Amino acid sequence: MFEIDWNILLPSLVVAGLVLVVLCVDIIRPDNKGGVSGYLSLLGVGVAIWVSLSLWGRSPTHGLGGMLFLDNYALFFNLIILAGTGLTIFVSTGFLEREEGGRSEYYLLILAATLGMMLMAAGADLIVIFLGIELMSIALYILVGFFRRRTDSNEGSMKYLLLGAFATGFLLYGIALVYGSTGTTNLREIELAVAQGRVYTHPMLLGGVALLIVGFAFKVSAVPFHMWAPDVYQGAPTAITGFMSAGPKAAAFAAFFRVMVASLGDLSGDWSGAIWMLAALTMTVGNLGALSQRNIKRMLAYSSVAHAGYVLVALVAANERGIAGGVFYLLAYAFMNIGAFAVIVALGRKGDENLEISGYAGVGFRHPGIGLAMTLFMVSLAGLPPTAGFFGKFQIFSAAVEAGYIWLTVIGVLNSLVSVYFYLGVVVSMYMRQPVGQAHAVSMTPFARVALLTASLGTLYIGLAPTSLLQMARQTVSALL
Amino acid sequence: MAVATSHYLILSAILFSIGVAGVLTRRNAIVIFMCIELMLNAVNLAFVAFARHLGQADGQVFVFFVMAVAAAEVAVGLAIIIAVFRNRETVDVAEVNLLKW
Amino acid sequence: MLTTVEIIILLPLFGAIVSGVFGHWLKKSSGYVATACVGAAWLLGLKTLVDVMGGVGVDENVYTWVSAGSFTASVGFLVDPLSAIMLVTVTTVSFFVHVYSFGYMHHDAGFARFFAYLNLFVFSMLVLILANNYLLMFVGWEGVGVCSYLLIGFWYERKSASDAGKKAFIVNRIGDFGFLIGIFTMFGYLGTVQFSEVVAKAGGGALPASAATGIALLLFLGACGKSAQFPLYVWLPDAMEGPTPVSALIHAATMVTAGVYVVARSNVLYTLSPTAGAVVAWVGVFTALLAASIALVNTDIKRVLAYSTVSQLGYMFIGVGVGAYTAGIFHLFTHAFFKGLMFLAAGSVMHAMSNELDMRKYGGLLSKMKVTGYTFIIGTIAIAGIPPLSGFWSKDLILAGAYHSHVPGHAALWALGVVGAVMTSFYMFRLILMTFFGQPRDAHLYDHAHESPPSMTVPLLVLAVGAIFVGGVTGYPLEHGWINHFLDPVLGSPDHGSGGAGLSPSVLIGISVAAGLGGFVLALVMHRSGRLGADSRQPIHKVLWNKWYVDEAYDVSIVRPIHRLSMALWTIFDTIVVDGIANGLGYTVKGISWVSGRFQTGRTPTYAMWMLFGTIAMIYAVTLP
Repeated sequence: MFEIDWNILLPSLVVAGLVLVVLCVDIIRPDNKGGVSGYLSLLGVGVAIWVSLSLWGRSPTHGLGGMLFLDNYALFFNLIILAGTGLTIFVSTGFLEREEGGRSEYYLLILAATLGMMLMAAGADLIVIFLGIELMSIALYILVGFFRRRTDSNEGSMKYLLLGAFATGFLLYGIALVYGSTGTTNLREIELAVAQGRVYTHPMLLGGVALLIVGFAFKVSAVPFHMWAPDVYQGAPTAITGFMSAGPKAAAFAAFFRVMVASLGDLSGDWSGAIWMLAALTMTVGNLGALSQRNIKRMLAYSSVAHAGYVLVALVAANERGIAGGVFYLLAYAFMNIGAFAVIVALGRKGDENLEISGYAGVGFRHPGIGLAMTLFMVSLAGLPPTAGFFGKFQIFSAAVEAGYIWLTVIGVLNSLVSVYFYLGVVVSMYMRQPVGQAHAVSMTPFARVALLTASLGTLYIGLAPTSLLQMARQTVSALL
Repeated sequence: MAVATSHYLILSAILFSIGVAGVLTRRNAIVIFMCIELMLNAVNLAFVAFARHLGQADGQVFVFFVMAVAAAEVAVGLAIIIAVFRNRETVDVAEVNLLKW
Repeated sequence: MLTTVEIIILLPLFGAIVSGVFGHWLKKSSGYVATACVGAAWLLGLKTLVDVMGGVGVDENVYTWVSAGSFTASVGFLVDPLSAIMLVTVTTVSFFVHVYSFGYMHHDAGFARFFAYLNLFVFSMLVLILANNYLLMFVGWEGVGVCSYLLIGFWYERKSASDAGKKAFIVNRIGDFGFLIGIFTMFGYLGTVQFSEVVAKAGGGALPASAATGIALLLFLGACGKSAQFPLYVWLPDAMEGPTPVSALIHAATMVTAGVYVVARSNVLYTLSPTAGAVVAWVGVFTALLAASIALVNTDIKRVLAYSTVSQLGYMFIGVGVGAYTAGIFHLFTHAFFKGLMFLAAGSVMHAMSNELDMRKYGGLLSKMKVTGYTFIIGTIAIAGIPPLSGFWSKDLILAGAYHSHVPGHAALWALGVVGAVMTSFYMFRLILMTFFGQPRDAHLYDHAHESPPSMTVPLLVLAVGAIFVGGVTGYPLEHGWINHFLDPVLGSPDHGSGGAGLSPSVLIGISVAAGLGGFVLALVMHRSGRLGADSRQPIHKVLWNKWYVDEAYDVSIVRPIHRLSMALWTIFDTIVVDGIANGLGYTVKGISWVSGRFQTGRTPTYAMWMLFGTIAMIYAVTLP
């Protein structure tokens, strides 16, 4: 009588099982310093990627009482999220040993956050999306403050916690208002209710939509809800900063896009103006903020704000090319940004993280491989052709032109031109500044090398042969439109 | 006499606003955190009121989830605030501002 | 199997990688690798030109970069007469600049790095000119921009050099903005960015005139940035902070002409939009005069050449603006030889004079540096437009094209062009006379002067041969030369709107030759008068006194006002207004950045307050339409 299509749950189930296994390992061997857990996590992430890929291309379904979707959209985001998680684990192995002596719950928390993100991407009900967000966020609060003896790590964690919980309040209030006016929290039923006009009070629904936007805008760090991001990114352990900028951001966008386009698409006349403003502000404030930064983590934090703005442009356009472009961009962004953070981790040393951009002088000649990789990531983040970043922006902006948002495109292009300045600033520092002080040997663990190599190759591949991935991104769109 | 749904909603809105005002004006991290809990409970009230109005159980179920999540958040939150206190001997959010600009 | 075009493009990339990655170990031999790669590309480029002359063109998509729905972007190359001419120009100058750099950069610590950047530049430039679509062209466009930025700031220890790099970078951003938006708009209207399809669709009437104007002007904004046209020309004179071979290659012969190439390549758009064409032509002539007037008074040898480049690029834009695309490209072609030559010669002079750039400290160098001196003079005669050297043929073709076009005010355009030609000739001969003739003004520097090594003089000789002959060989007879027959099929022959009315061609030629000679005579007279002025106190030289009086009249009536005007232009306009805007833009953006950073106070309640403001705004925006 109660058929369960286990496939719908399978990817999340793999990760959930992994969380339990890692938890048990930690309990059995509390002093393993995360070594075993790290390998296990990698293995599990690999399995989850394989499962997600094998489910690709099926006709979209939903199940478990209408709580979860299984469609290409969710699966594509699973790939982004899992890729981000996998790369982060690779980066983390040496980093943890160097910095504070690894503790095994680190991997447990990363995996729990990953599970939350996957639920956000697949959620078919506001309850599931809410739970996914919280599962992810609570794990991240702890991860940000993981170096508990460091004041910056603490401070970032506390700010993130207080502001995150504050934003959760708005998000929940928004859910309550949407529930009150449509009588349901299920995404498909909300869509039907809006389409058929079965709405109790229209202004209340719109108020709910506005508060939902606030909640998601916080998670994707859109201006003016972005102010936590620079502080938290700077304070968090570097590997976690990279992690946060890829998966959690992608997952928040996954839920944001799905809710706005699939469920509330009929109201787009009401919300697209607001998102327009949000996108324009986010791009501008993000890039301007990054311009005067000297700390590379903080610069990349502002840069991540700016990139959220570019993806919001895709949401404003809300057409096929736009959404495909946005989804594609998030994938590209995961690779290039985690790659950049892998470089930052590699160039740090115990007791001296070497985070000033001026401290990168001469890296290009002292460590040619790392210099080359960093150049690739920076050029890609700047969106110069022929890299992944350029291609993603091209998709998004041409979609915006297609949808008639010329001015937003103009703002976007101006912004991405400004951004070239600070990204290339890093490259200039690496290749054209006289290094000060002694050259330090860079000791990268084999795992960190693999991470850097994978991120570089991924960025290159996405830039040079984007066709197949773009095709996949386009196949996700039917879930929304 | 049954209380009209709108009354519950107005109460919920007032509670929520008090919570928001508290977050903005208080400086002790724990008090701020309690104000956020107040916001969440205001939302819970709204959910229950709507559920009663619609004659459904969905909203009431949602409240349980919110409560569970809030409890988890409190556990983590207090731990983080304690960690901050250990390092700085203060939980005044205006003083915890090393990371800026 | 790789095709010839692919090999041509990949060779410099290979050179860049080898000298960049292994430069540390290869030391000086990295220069040989880099030069050999460019040399091979040069030979293959010549072969390609011969093929194209035989009617063998290429328009192939090598690799489909992306294809998604209606959108396809590919890596593809187009070899037609236009790109073949560009290919030969770029590879020829590049090769000789590489050879020259051996001598010039010999003692520099960044020898391998220099060659790596130089090869990377050649690679990007080849991508730019051989691409068969706007997107790939933009790849090259950005590539040359980055290389130029890296090379201007090559001596990064000097603050002025890194500042100049920054300035070039900021100004070029403005141009790139126009270029990118132009490509987006074109794609929005035509659904393609491939040259052949754009020509077919736009020519077939798929593009409304207003859109054509918009796209054409946006692309021209990009061209203004890269090709240093008003008001974005300010970066080019400062770019002279880079090593001289870089100035010769990038900032005279190749990269800065990319804008002209883009306009010529998009000729279908400019033909659709007469307005855009007129804007191009008038911006061109304005820039030509402005830059030339500034060059009249400058005493820094490289800056005079830089302003001269800006001015000559203005001429090219007059050509492509009035529809005489062939003339514009022809001038680009000849200019590459004589301007490249003069920059290299200037570098040779600097080499001899311990890097002194002030012409007031030169003088009488001809006897010490015969090869440099005579080749420099050849370049000067060529740029002055005195037949039969190269510059005459192409400049005359532009002026004739302007005279006969339909552009509003075409006769004025021509007349201003002639005035510019007088100025060109004057400032160039002034440079020659101050540098190579007269008495040495700094005995110490003069005593140490010596001719440069063969690796530097041989390129000078080769380019001098080019400066003498390429114009006449390809451009004779005027308007019916080989170059017209070769390029007109792609670019269209200039339409003679006024139907040949007005002055006859031979009169036009006479006037422009007179302009070139006039400038020379003026310079010579002033040069002489400088010496005669001392003698004139002796009453015996009554006749000479009279002559001096004439000179003085000249001086008061023409030269001084022009001198003052151009001084004023230079100080007020160039250093205050335009530099102010360019630098101001950078500072403003940084200032806003700093101010906006102040909001980020580090205090959680402030952040929460901003979130609340945002929430209220969001509710307002969504609920109240």
